[in-house]
Amino acid sequence: MARYVVNRLAQAIMLLVIVSGIGFAILHLAPGGPLSQFAVSSQMTQEDLDRVTRQLGLDRPLPVQYLDWFGRMVRGDWGKSYRDGEAVLSVISSHLGATLELMATATIIAVLLGCWIGILGALRRYSLFDTLATVGAMIALSIPTFWFGLVTIYVFSVKLGWLPAGNRHTIGDGSFLDLLHHLIAPAMVLALVETAMWGRFMRSSMLEVINQDYIRTARAKGMPEWRILTVHALRNALLPMITVAGLQFPTLLGGALVAETVFTWPGMGRLFLDSIGYRDYPVVMGILMFSATMVLIGSLLADILYAVVDPRIRVG
Amino acid sequence: MATAAFSTVQLAPGQAAWRRFRRHRLALAGALIILVLVLGSTFGPYLLPFDDTYIDIMKRFAPPLSGAHILGTDELGRDVLARLMMGGRVSLSIGIVAMVIAMAVGIVVGAFAGFYGGAVGAVLMRLVDAVLCFPTIFLLLALAALTEPGLVTTTILIAATAWMAVARVVEAQVRSLREREFAVAALAFGSSNLRIMFRELVPNAIAPIVVAATLNVAKAILLESYVSYLGYGIQPPAASWGNMLNNAQIYLTSAPWLAIAPGVAITLAVTSFNFLGDGLRDALDPRMNIP
Repeated sequence: MARYVVNRLAQAIMLLVIVSGIGFAILHLAPGGPLSQFAVSSQMTQEDLDRVTRQLGLDRPLPVQYLDWFGRMVRGDWGKSYRDGEAVLSVISSHLGATLELMATATIIAVLLGCWIGILGALRRYSLFDTLATVGAMIALSIPTFWFGLVTIYVFSVKLGWLPAGNRHTIGDGSFLDLLHHLIAPAMVLALVETAMWGRFMRSSMLEVINQDYIRTARAKGMPEWRILTVHALRNALLPMITVAGLQFPTLLGGALVAETVFTWPGMGRLFLDSIGYRDYPVVMGILMFSATMVLIGSLLADILYAVVDPRIRVG
Repeated sequence: MATAAFSTVQLAPGQAAWRRFRRHRLALAGALIILVLVLGSTFGPYLLPFDDTYIDIMKRFAPPLSGAHILGTDELGRDVLARLMMGGRVSLSIGIVAMVIAMAVGIVVGAFAGFYGGAVGAVLMRLVDAVLCFPTIFLLLALAALTEPGLVTTTILIAATAWMAVARVVEAQVRSLREREFAVAALAFGSSNLRIMFRELVPNAIAPIVVAATLNVAKAILLESYVSYLGYGIQPPAASWGNMLNNAQIYLTSAPWLAIAPGVAITLAVTSFNFLGDGLRDALDPRMNIP
């Protein structure tokens, strides 16, 4: 087990190095590179630009610059926002809570609903419910998230007036209920794609398990059907879902960005888009690297957790 | 005779695949809808009396089915149907061209990684893993913000964020196919590595490649709608299904039809390509059954 974890950890660190290399390359792809902030100002002479280049160490060879940049990233120095000079990491962390709130709520909805649909679909394969669920999942995966958001706003905010059309709080109302009221629509929108994915994976995992020999053995022993399903089938069918959680993470983050934009939810995705609008490259790069790192850690945790619950993985 | 009961009519592989595909009604429906959308956006604009960029400020916000404008007009009095058709040209072409580029990159990377294996394969596939760490929309927007937005850049950027899945599929196929007799025979004949890769191995992996290509079009259309909706894709006055929705949110209360038509078009197109890909998967390779 320890060997598996160490192995997997080494892989993750190697990936992180490549990921940071891609991030560094993108940073230098920016028009004017890291200097773009100054290049737009007409008051800067070429002489000034040269001086800033030297001061920022941009005249050094690229590998040296990369090592320097990577070292600062690891130490937590992610640069400062062009907009207000605040440290990038603290800007990100002040927006992270809202995003996690949204993602957690959507995931809870998606896991409960998706697993229920998937299990029922697998047990009643090719029934009307299964067919509708399969077709519905495909359509859910094809609907642009932002458009589903617009439809939700139109139906529940404009026509019915049940839910607020955006923001996290009513101004002057900091209560938990108010937050919950604002959370419903964006979480529902974000949960749509997630539910479809969880449902599809759950269905195929369950189908695989209920055709196994040990299920037949349990039936032959005369075990009651509900006990076969809950104790034998479900426990084993839920295991691969840990991997699904890891795989789903990038999609979930991307979906959160879109949902936050439509519903003016003050999270990391919204911050990302605002920063792009202001050409605030340190924050844009920071969020890009931060999200990639989160994905990396997510898949690492999912793999390790899977190895903990399923000993067969460690051997392979 | 007992053997007679077991004899079946042998179908050519293509015929058998077509039979399986025909059974998949949703895939057939998808193919039909794609055909209608392609024909509609190709020839439709010639049949309409309105130009997609013609501004008629006197006829702003005409609701659908009022007078000559079947789908109504937008905030500048432009005909929504004309814009939907011209937008379809843009969105569908981006979907298909981005798919072709992504497939080309993915096939080359996957073939090299799968064929050579070892250090080359490990480096290439770790690169694939690394790019996959970035949530697609974040990466796409960051790249779009650094470049001049437009038709060509949007297409290339979408391709740049969509080739990895293909590379994984091709790598796995090539890795297992290169040990097969026909590949070994080609090597014994003295064929060059490149020839074995792209003339022997890749064509034998065509079934999963075709499926991946179809699903890739769906993904590319969806991504175009995201970046254009957020303002970093196709720029007005040119229409795309994504950027038509850009302003729709502001007028959601007064003119909801502006949001409905492009959204339905995107959903229809993406669903159709996804069902088509599903049907092709069942038809071309019944063993593959990934959810």
